[in-house]
Amino acid sequence: MKPTAKISCRNLWKIFGPDPEAFLARHNGAPRSEDFRTAGMVGAVCDVSFDVFPGEILIVMGLSGSGKSTLIRAISRLNDPTAGNVLIDGQDLLKASPEELVDLRRHKMGMVFQHFGLLPHRTVLSNVAFPLEVRGSPREERESRAMEMLKLVGLEGRETHFPRELSGGQQQRVGIARSLAVGPDIWFLDEPFSALDPLIRREMQDEFLRLQKMLKKTIVFITHDFEEAVRLSDRIGIMKEGRLVQLATPEEMISRPADDYVRQFTKNAPRDRIVSVGSIASAEVAGSAGDAIPASLKIGEVAARVLASDRPIAVVDSDGQTIGSVSRDRMIAAMFPESRP
Amino acid sequence: MTDVVVREPAGRMSPVRSLTPPLVAFAALIAITVLLAQLFPPLNDWPDGWVVPIRYWVTEAFAWLGEVAKPITRAIAWVLAKPLAFVEAVLYRGVPDWKVQPLPWVAVVAGVAILGHWIAGRRLAWFSGICTAYLAVFGLWPESMQTLSIVLVTVPLAAATGLGLGIWATRSARAERILNSVFDLMQATPHMAYLAPVVVLFGFGQVPAMLATLVFALPPMARCTILGIKTVPSDILEAGRMSGCTPRQLLWKVEIPAAQRTLLLGLNQVVMQTLAMVVIASLVGASGLGQKLLFSLQQLQIGKAVEQGIAITLIAIVLDRLTHAAMNRVPQRHPAGTPWYRRHAHLVTFLAVAAVAILLSRVIPGIGVLPRDMTLSFGAPINDGVRWISKNLFAYVKPVRDTLTIWLLLPIRDFFLWLPWPTFIGTLALIGWYLGGVRLALVPVALMGFIMIAGFWTPLMLTVYLVTCCTILAVLIGVPTGIWASRHPRGARVVNTVCDTLQTFPSFIYLIPVIMLFQTSDLSNVIAMLAYATVPAVRFTYLGMTLVPQATIEAAIASGTTPRQRLWKVEMPIAFPEILLGINQTIMMALAMVAITALIGSRDLGQEIYKALPGADTGRGLIAGIGIAFIGITADRLIGAWAKRRKRELGLV
Repeated sequence: MKPTAKISCRNLWKIFGPDPEAFLARHNGAPRSEDFRTAGMVGAVCDVSFDVFPGEILIVMGLSGSGKSTLIRAISRLNDPTAGNVLIDGQDLLKASPEELVDLRRHKMGMVFQHFGLLPHRTVLSNVAFPLEVRGSPREERESRAMEMLKLVGLEGRETHFPRELSGGQQQRVGIARSLAVGPDIWFLDEPFSALDPLIRREMQDEFLRLQKMLKKTIVFITHDFEEAVRLSDRIGIMKEGRLVQLATPEEMISRPADDYVRQFTKNAPRDRIVSVGSIASAEVAGSAGDAIPASLKIGEVAARVLASDRPIAVVDSDGQTIGSVSRDRMIAAMFPESRP
Repeated sequence: MTDVVVREPAGRMSPVRSLTPPLVAFAALIAITVLLAQLFPPLNDWPDGWVVPIRYWVTEAFAWLGEVAKPITRAIAWVLAKPLAFVEAVLYRGVPDWKVQPLPWVAVVAGVAILGHWIAGRRLAWFSGICTAYLAVFGLWPESMQTLSIVLVTVPLAAATGLGLGIWATRSARAERILNSVFDLMQATPHMAYLAPVVVLFGFGQVPAMLATLVFALPPMARCTILGIKTVPSDILEAGRMSGCTPRQLLWKVEIPAAQRTLLLGLNQVVMQTLAMVVIASLVGASGLGQKLLFSLQQLQIGKAVEQGIAITLIAIVLDRLTHAAMNRVPQRHPAGTPWYRRHAHLVTFLAVAAVAILLSRVIPGIGVLPRDMTLSFGAPINDGVRWISKNLFAYVKPVRDTLTIWLLLPIRDFFLWLPWPTFIGTLALIGWYLGGVRLALVPVALMGFIMIAGFWTPLMLTVYLVTCCTILAVLIGVPTGIWASRHPRGARVVNTVCDTLQTFPSFIYLIPVIMLFQTSDLSNVIAMLAYATVPAVRFTYLGMTLVPQATIEAAIASGTTPRQRLWKVEMPIAFPEILLGINQTIMMALAMVAITALIGSRDLGQEIYKALPGADTGRGLIAGIGIAFIGITADRLIGAWAKRRKRELGLV
């Protein structure tokens, strides 16, 4: 049985322009792109539905202006969606009163921002303790908790610094520590590493994966970098003009792109690290089972072996059962789809 | 959202406009109105019989209000007098009944220096300390402390009120609209015009001065609050909201601290405005340095006036530097476990110094109050100098003054006095119509028309005349200076410092050298205005010139232009809108000075305000003040529209 969704987003709309509710009603709740253009409205999020399961990393990606930032602000209620539902543990976020919303943010949600959003007049420690401070934790308690968080992100010894004294990567570590201070189940990250240098970005991605392994949060992560999405995600959703074009695992997305737009994105993806042997195997059973390849391995891990072999090599599932074989031609076709004769 | 939204190109490519049709229109308008005025004399000057007695209505309304609101105004005055009395007791009065001495001057000087050190380190500490010591050493201590007391009590009140209004404006779009237009009018109205209504409602003395100051110093704080809160980065706001802030927590813990720098800029302006106003409020009986300076000026005791003027200026500069440095102050990092007396080292030091000074002053009275015979004065040599100037130099100054007066000032004055009112208002309206359509055309008609109907036509024209002269001279001096500064980085630093200093002086001060050199005349007024109002012409020219893109200049050089061609054909046209805005500011500052120069004699709207004070003739003072504001607003709207239009045509916006 499928686990129940932690975050469940149903037919979410966020429309900018004068009187968006009336506009939506006029078009029976389903305006098309042309309708927006003629009315001079902007559909930032259009009819988006998805679930995020506990402990899952869902990455929403798209180009700038595709509505991904508006989407994460709609499901965190930083803006008010025009229509639809957002259920968090079954509670409708859009019906939450301001007080309930504050309470939810003080206990259940954390968010990391692209430009860090640190308070410039507070020390690192006081920044991290801020969410605890506003919910009224006593000083001792919140500072020891904040110290714990700073240790977690590797910033002990910096607690009396001010944000401007830190590098970008360190500032974002503070942002991460702050977002985790209240011990939220749900973690929103809005392009957290986009403002950082490539090398630091890589380091922070590893850091993120390390933290998630320990913490097992339910995550919605926004990025415009497909490689980042592939590296970090369980599932990826691709947005275009406010609509969710495809929601799938990276591998599905590469092997079965929903349309040309998605195909464009996946074109330069590191296929060797995404596509598994099982998905390129032919059904024909060949080769000896002795040196068979497990179906779950990525093709990059076995490419040398397959390409060096003149004959197809058997592929086995997790029970050791042969399910097919992979030949040199198939491997080349999978790794270099453009070079197909 | 990735759709390409097809927009009209920003500056619509207008075909080159011919200047002929507007010129014909202007010529026709002028010819017709002048001709009509010949045939029909009431068109020359607004006849007295047609004047609507608005000023009497206003006077009566205020008199009535003063009567009705007496319990309220008394209560307000009573409340405000309390903190003032306390600060005065601490700084210079003491509490004679209980035999409590005021804070020794040594302690105050040390306190200011320690404050300077806390904000920005050793240099500011020395500077502030020495400036404060000047006040004592030159025997101006009680007066200075009197002035400072009003400033110290008014600034927090004005800042808090301004902050409150600003916050309100960021929460309600309608409040912001209303406040903005009220502030526009308030900031264009000269200081002195605030005094008449305050006198009617609150009488003469320190508290009315404080109130006028409070009202006058509010708008910049409110404006900076609005600006500061609105420019807090959205990431910080959203981080605050996601941290679970209630709206109140968001305001006090996120928005206001994040806007700190802009708020401190507002505080700096409040302090400067307060000081400027407190000096002028001596006209309604606020005692202190301003009053002493006023007496010295009236008795032509230039030496004393210079000493007092320097004292005011030093207070202004110290307050400016302190508040300005506070803006850039970086909070100090204390490692965990720092003991409290190290965390608050400055406060502890001050308390220690004050305690020692108080104890010592019992033994050595000179530490408490500097005795008269230990103070210095350079009044006498200056008086001698002035006498020498008027005896020897004035022979040279006088021909210059007379030539300028006869060949520049008087013709312009006579021109404005001759100008029939339909010509004047009509021309402005036509300019408005040409620049911005019917709505802009109505601005001069309504504003100038109001002043005329209220019976202030001649003072209005005399004001316009002085401001015009001042603006012409300011442009002739300021624009070349700005251009020169833009070419010489080191010169720019000097010019910048001079401009900064000129702007810190309370406007009153400019009267002293002018009287010394030119005695009383229209030219003295123009020059006093000029000293105050040239700064923006220089600043904006410099800014405009430095804004010309390097690539454009290089392209011009590559095209083979001479430096002169480059200036006139490339840089000036691009910098022109900026220069226009500078001229706009120059006009505003000249207008602000109009009221002040009334003290050394004039016949313009400023004089009307000044004359209204002793008799508490509210209507006369207020309408004259609003008249000055209306000139400012008209100029601002017309020039603003022109600059905006040029910027659009150049694709700069």
